[in-house]
Amino acid sequence: MPKIDRKLLMKKNEVIKDLKKIIKNENVLDHEDQIRPFETDGLSAYKQKPFVVVFPENTEEVSNILSYCNRKRIKVVPRGAGTGLSGGALPLEDSVLLCLGKFNQIIEIDYKNRCVVVQPGVTNLSITHAVQDEGFYYAPDPSSQIACSIGGNIAENSGGVHSLKYGTTTNNILGVEVVFMDGTISRLGGKTFDSEGYDLLGLITGSEGLLCVITEATVKILKKPQTVKAALIGFSTIEDGGNCVSDIIAGGIIPSGMEMMDKALIHATDNFVKAGYPRDAEAMLIVELDGTEIEVKELIENVSNIAKKNKSTSIKISKNEKQRLKFWAGRKAAFPACGDMSPDYYCMDGTIPRGKLAEVLKEIKRLSQKYDLPVANAFHAGDGNLHPLIMYNANEKNSLEKTEKFGADILKYCVKVGGVLTGEHGVGVEKRELMCEMFNNNDIEQQVKIKKALDPSSLLNPGKVYPILRKCAEEGRVHVHRGKTKFPGIPQF
Amino acid sequence: MSIEEKQNFQASHNFDNIEYPDGEKELQSLIKKFYKSGVPIELIGSGSKRKIGKPLQCTTTLCLSKLNGIIEYLPEELYIKVKACTSIKKIQEELKKNNQHLAFEPIDFGYLLRGKSDYGTVAGYVSCNISGPRRFKVGSARDHVLGFKGVNGKGEIIKSGGTVVKNVTGYDLSKLVCGSYGTLVALTEITLKVLPLYEESKTLIIHNQRIESATNFLDKATNSSSDISGATFFPIDSKVIGYTTNLEKTFKLNDLKHKGSLTAIRIEGSKNSIGERIKNLIDELKIINLDISILEKNQSEIFWNKVKNLEFFFNSNNSILRIVIPPSENAKLIYQLSDNFKYFLDWGGALVWVEAYELSEQMFESIRKKVVKLGGYITMIKNSDYLPYVEDVFTINKARFNISQNIKKSFDPKRILNPDKMYTGI
Repeated sequence: MPKIDRKLLMKKNEVIKDLKKIIKNENVLDHEDQIRPFETDGLSAYKQKPFVVVFPENTEEVSNILSYCNRKRIKVVPRGAGTGLSGGALPLEDSVLLCLGKFNQIIEIDYKNRCVVVQPGVTNLSITHAVQDEGFYYAPDPSSQIACSIGGNIAENSGGVHSLKYGTTTNNILGVEVVFMDGTISRLGGKTFDSEGYDLLGLITGSEGLLCVITEATVKILKKPQTVKAALIGFSTIEDGGNCVSDIIAGGIIPSGMEMMDKALIHATDNFVKAGYPRDAEAMLIVELDGTEIEVKELIENVSNIAKKNKSTSIKISKNEKQRLKFWAGRKAAFPACGDMSPDYYCMDGTIPRGKLAEVLKEIKRLSQKYDLPVANAFHAGDGNLHPLIMYNANEKNSLEKTEKFGADILKYCVKVGGVLTGEHGVGVEKRELMCEMFNNNDIEQQVKIKKALDPSSLLNPGKVYPILRKCAEEGRVHVHRGKTKFPGIPQF
Repeated sequence: MSIEEKQNFQASHNFDNIEYPDGEKELQSLIKKFYKSGVPIELIGSGSKRKIGKPLQCTTTLCLSKLNGIIEYLPEELYIKVKACTSIKKIQEELKKNNQHLAFEPIDFGYLLRGKSDYGTVAGYVSCNISGPRRFKVGSARDHVLGFKGVNGKGEIIKSGGTVVKNVTGYDLSKLVCGSYGTLVALTEITLKVLPLYEESKTLIIHNQRIESATNFLDKATNSSSDISGATFFPIDSKVIGYTTNLEKTFKLNDLKHKGSLTAIRIEGSKNSIGERIKNLIDELKIINLDISILEKNQSEIFWNKVKNLEFFFNSNNSILRIVIPPSENAKLIYQLSDNFKYFLDWGGALVWVEAYELSEQMFESIRKKVVKLGGYITMIKNSDYLPYVEDVFTINKARFNISQNIKKSFDPKRILNPDKMYTGI
């Protein structure tokens, strides 16, 4: 992580006193017991207490805190609900942790313009809950939707199981109010489609809290489809399942969701929620189709035919809404189900071209044997997003290091077959040093320059996303003497 | 491009000094050279949308037309990777062979800007980020660019994104590049998301409605679960000379049973579902007793092509404005427009295309104020002889201008790529 500002730590009391002048006393937490809950996010393998936690209540307070920290050169780590899986909200020892938990109001529901204006701490699922009586919903649905906040979703550009048809967060938001590190408040977008000039809304979506703090969001809502059905399809080999996915897409069908699980996860999740999964199958697909009644009937028939051609061993179609939700309950419980099988698990998040699924799963199996760690695989098959869940025991010596190496090898292989390091969890601290696998010097330097353009002193969420000095050159600059780099064996950018 | 073609191209576009780099490497060394000397350059693909934005004061032009060709097209992976100046038409033809398309419906600005069809190149299209009638359902060009490669203003080759839909590795620079009018990078490669073509398309037309009821229909249709993919309104306005004739001339279709104003709603999907959805929509809108027409596939496609390509304004010598606005505010805006304006609504009412006669800069600024007050933005797409130049083609506020200026500097520190094309100082 970035160098700790020891001088600042010594001035802790002074900073706390100043912060208490900006926001209410009770919204500044600095006691050991008060700040302990904030020492980690969803990536609980990493822990670090910040030196103070603040809970602003409105945009002006956020602006005043940022402007104060900017003047005093204090690092700030923004945090939503803390469910992120890549350590994006991991505090730094010398940072102010800026929590948006008090921004929890739905400001406006505007059916006429098909949007909802919310504060960033509102949970993803509560947006759907607020509009479902009128038959609307908010499309992106990360598995943590019950707890994750919309501000965090925007910062990470979260996806979910319906991204193939309905897109990720970036395709489903219309506007934001943000505060930059110098305290400037700005509105990007609004209730209109697109915006003129540079697409700053597109830039900050997925920027992992490095460019600004989100204080309000306007999200698009969609009308619920008339009919939704899901099919559970079993296969005796992963290859058959993978081929079926490719054939469905090649057949011109875009399912609203298409998920795959391997045998280990079928058993784990079925034990956990009794979803009625085909336990003898090596791979299972959940294919969800939506539209009008006739359309869905037709699509189900087409998908069933494609599955049969690809040697499916079982096909079960949801008979009613209750059964459809049951089919999904297993998939959505993939993480806790793994937790039931192993004391610890580590979730990876690469994206690969759909056609490479069998090849990548074979490699994961090989690596699993090499590292002697069991793995279960969940896969957003429709959009190529793979979530291998590596099971380990943190109490065993060096097991986390071994697990991380295993995870890194999987992600490197994803890049090798034409995929990317992260589909929806973000780079955070977790995959920071792997960025060099995908990008070269110029690519990263350009991104770092954008960061500098909006946060010249690099105070907002530093140490995340971009590799730091140890392995790669800091901020893209490296001194090369007579064409020789200092550590030729270490990948740079 | 042959020497003769080059000469014709140069003559028709009036360039002082034009260079045609052969590929990425040559482009890179040229930009490096211009960066060193600080000479500003104009970047163009085929020049089809050159008239959009502010006129440039560059003495040197880089025409990237030689960077064309399909690099990789994988229909089952739903993407196509092309060299940046591949023609949109060529891509569309290739995709059609596999029953796929660019779902954001690229607009053929040729009818408006050059008097004939001219789709231009994918780089030009991405740089403008203006999308067709399906926008409100599938997103715009920016939602379909998966990745790119290009040369920044220092002559460095940079890339972002990839070939997969779900990707959060680093900042999403593809979004920034879309709609940047060539002011950040000279694009060399673009990867686009492609989608299956719809099996069937039909259009439900409701005739002779006034704006109040038309916007009500557009509103209900876009809010229905019938999953519509086009929603437009063409009014009849006898006050504007030639309006009625122009409307009838543009939409000369056998399936149209009545003359007069049109509210058109498009439904696309499988053959069997279309009938069911149209029936649902007629019930939802309660229009069984009104004058309606249904355009079958062929005529439906012709109709939406004409809407998309702005053929309603074909051969116009007037100012053409594009106004994007929250759908709830469109009627309010239209009441405030002068009688000298001809308009139609698209994107379910979220987009207003306006042809303005004898528009002065003062009037343009007064409309901008109204649009901004209603939560929208306005772009001058085509200047008229009456108003050949406006200072602010696009809309921006001070805070966003400052941020944009910093972003521009991070890509192009000496401001040599299309300087001032969007805003003076960027």
